[in-house]
Amino acid sequence: MESYVTTIRCTVNGIARSIKTPPMARLLDVLREEMDCTGVKEGCGEGECGACSVLLDGELVNSCLIPVLQGEDSTIVTIEGLAPSDSLHKIQHAFLDCGGAQCGICTPGMILATAALLERHPQPTPDQIREGLAGNLCRCTGYMRIFEAVEQAARG
Amino acid sequence: MIGRPVPRKEGIAKVTGRARYVADMSLPGMLYGVTVRNPTGRGRIRNIVFEPGVPWEELTVVTARDIPGTNAVALLMNDQPVLADEVSAHIEEPVVLLAHPDRYLVEEARRRVRIEIDPLPQIFTLEDALAKREVIWGTDNIFKTFSVAKGDIQVGFAAADLIVEGEYETGAQEQLYIETNGMIATANLADGVTVWGSMQCPYYIHKALLPIFALPAEKVRIIQMETGGGFGGKEEYPSMIAAHAALLAWKSGKPVKLIYDRAEDMVATTKRHPSRTRHRTGLTKDGRLTAMEIEFDIDGGAYCTLSPVVLSRGTIHAAGPYECANVSIRSRAVATSIPPHGAFRGFGAPQSIFALERQMDRCARAVGLSPEEFRRRNFLHQGQSTATGQVIREKLELEKLLDRALELSHYRQRTEEFAKTNPASSLKRGIGFASFMHGAGFTGSGEVYLKSVVGVETTLEGNVRILTASTEIGQGTNTILSQIAAETLGLDYDRIELATPDTGQVPNSGPTVASRTCMVVGKLVEAACQGLKQILEASGLSIADYTRQFGPARAYSEYQPPPGVAWNDETYQGDAYGAFAWAVYVAVVEVDPATAEVRVTDFVALQEVGKVIHPVMATGQIEGGVAQAIGYALYEKVAWKNGHMANAQMTNYIMPTSADLPPIRVFFEENPYAYGPAGAKGIGELPMDGAAPAILNAIENALGVGFNEVPLTPEMIGDRLWSRT
Repeated sequence: MESYVTTIRCTVNGIARSIKTPPMARLLDVLREEMDCTGVKEGCGEGECGACSVLLDGELVNSCLIPVLQGEDSTIVTIEGLAPSDSLHKIQHAFLDCGGAQCGICTPGMILATAALLERHPQPTPDQIREGLAGNLCRCTGYMRIFEAVEQAARG
Repeated sequence: MIGRPVPRKEGIAKVTGRARYVADMSLPGMLYGVTVRNPTGRGRIRNIVFEPGVPWEELTVVTARDIPGTNAVALLMNDQPVLADEVSAHIEEPVVLLAHPDRYLVEEARRRVRIEIDPLPQIFTLEDALAKREVIWGTDNIFKTFSVAKGDIQVGFAAADLIVEGEYETGAQEQLYIETNGMIATANLADGVTVWGSMQCPYYIHKALLPIFALPAEKVRIIQMETGGGFGGKEEYPSMIAAHAALLAWKSGKPVKLIYDRAEDMVATTKRHPSRTRHRTGLTKDGRLTAMEIEFDIDGGAYCTLSPVVLSRGTIHAAGPYECANVSIRSRAVATSIPPHGAFRGFGAPQSIFALERQMDRCARAVGLSPEEFRRRNFLHQGQSTATGQVIREKLELEKLLDRALELSHYRQRTEEFAKTNPASSLKRGIGFASFMHGAGFTGSGEVYLKSVVGVETTLEGNVRILTASTEIGQGTNTILSQIAAETLGLDYDRIELATPDTGQVPNSGPTVASRTCMVVGKLVEAACQGLKQILEASGLSIADYTRQFGPARAYSEYQPPPGVAWNDETYQGDAYGAFAWAVYVAVVEVDPATAEVRVTDFVALQEVGKVIHPVMATGQIEGGVAQAIGYALYEKVAWKNGHMANAQMTNYIMPTSADLPPIRVFFEENPYAYGPAGAKGIGELPMDGAAPAILNAIENALGVGFNEVPLTPEMIGDRLWSRT
């Protein structure tokens, strides 16, 4: 229903983008619908579950809470941009090896949360891992396999 | 291949974000659909008002009058309408459907439909339903009753030196899969109905849509997309959503996408049945069970859904893994005016096992025995029979399972240590356990009626494709079925493919429920692969050559019950399940009496599940189930307000986060089951059963005060602790 449209410039997964969009549209919707980043998932729409996590200028954010306006001049990384195409990031490898992904719906956000965590704490303690992932809910794994994956990724 | 942690089949798609869920799919010209629901509660629909402010002429509007066939979701009793017509039984019941190309506009339109309802009396509790304070369903508010009798309960009580009584309650629980429900449909008279979506059971939806659209089987096609968790919550309710999307598509002539937001998913779809269990247990002075009298009641909500089957499983598990000559279990599933409850991992068993394992700890105390010694004296053994008279034929050594679990959890040292340190400590620590079993597969004759079929076929690439309607919902279906096929055929794991669960392409291998996928469907995969192997060996050709010359080789297998299995639906006696998984779970807790907060600090889950097909996934299944069960025990409280879920948000319905859980330490004993694939039994539901009673037993050990209700919140603990002083 929003009729006012503005142009937002940002870099998404390494590609400079310029998109016409209502400024208050959710970053989540713009990424999914305008940029084909459907690896960004919606779980709750209120910033609680973290399925829509993306990296905005290196910070882990819930894209369901961010108006696209806030992405102006920013660098955004979604799960699609974590590793060059046809290759896997070490975190993705670790999630595969350790059983960190079950149904897969929290997985993109969880992997990006891990990337943000390892950026802050390259060798995280168990408490730092628990703390660092506490904004990303997983209903399948009970988190134990995910903790293992984070530890494996930290070992490199 | 069996027992090895091979890569998850669809793992790369999931870790790269390429896996396609229904929300990720679009069709040209697609409309967005929404559901307008009963805003108040049970009542007579007086009027539906479409208020001005939106261009109604652009919207597709569907009411009950637009249904081409029968207005009922076919399941057990067909009592639930697709759209309420004239009378609505509960708040949030679907009444009107809307669709429009602009999803913001259709949302605005939803707010401008006013459904006017003349209220009818409602009931919200088991007590009121049983007292028939108002008859809202049938003649007595009762969907189903069961009665299980073994021996003579009066003789059992006469032989008892003492009798222990107890009453236990469990609350509703939301499945809370992180992917909400959703469907996309196309529909017209010429092509029929096609639905893509998030689901556990494509053939349930198929069966449900045929009468709604009055179409023959071949005109309805259901296709599962990648599914972001189910836990039972996508067993039956997706039939409703598929019907809604398809009705909008039918009327508009355009594809329709209908995705629930979180709040709608929580207020409107099914949850775990709340329950109340009453125990009367006869004991000898030396702690032997002489009589177990159990009343088990569950609240089914406003329509029958799967309540009779949930009740059945809860009833059969109510007396647990104990030998008692005299058992009486009577159970009832009743109607209330709240949105219907339905399938959720464990399916009635977590409720009755919670009650039983609290009762067993209290019985132990009553005869002056430790909880472990009391169980040891009453455990079921090979050759003895369960409450339904099912003789345990397999090797069963629950004492050994118990010993190992207690050792792994340092039970004895901790018990002594806590007894010593608690009196002077501001934090009270405790340890407790539960011993239990979970039957795999459909109850009784269920698998025989289902007649599940699995197929396998060869491809030109030299691969073998498995044809099954069993869905991957995170639990590992794709991977374990591929492992079983690869092992049977002597092929590389990478050479096994899986057909998309699409009712137009795959046979009906039954629903993905009841811990049956590995044990029952896996066995069918094994049998079909044996058939395919014979065809190929007889031809002397490679898979690729055979396929090139003759087209795909195909083999199918249909369910056959293991020999000697007998079940009587009338008396509820006999072999309730093909096999049980057995387990002992131990919880360690820390309670702060000043705040009444409980933290689980260690958790040991030891189980015997036959043969473990995939050690990492099996461990992950158990860990995930234990985490859900910890939520069930301590955090996940549905706040009901006049039959309505008042906390339908992830911010105020609290599931465990990574910061809330203890280390969950998982161990397996292997005892191959003769009729499971490579010896495997079922595993998925088991971990939901034992954590809640283990935790509440540990809390009693910590505080010396026992609680008999879950979820057990700090408020409830505080009320008891602080009113005593």
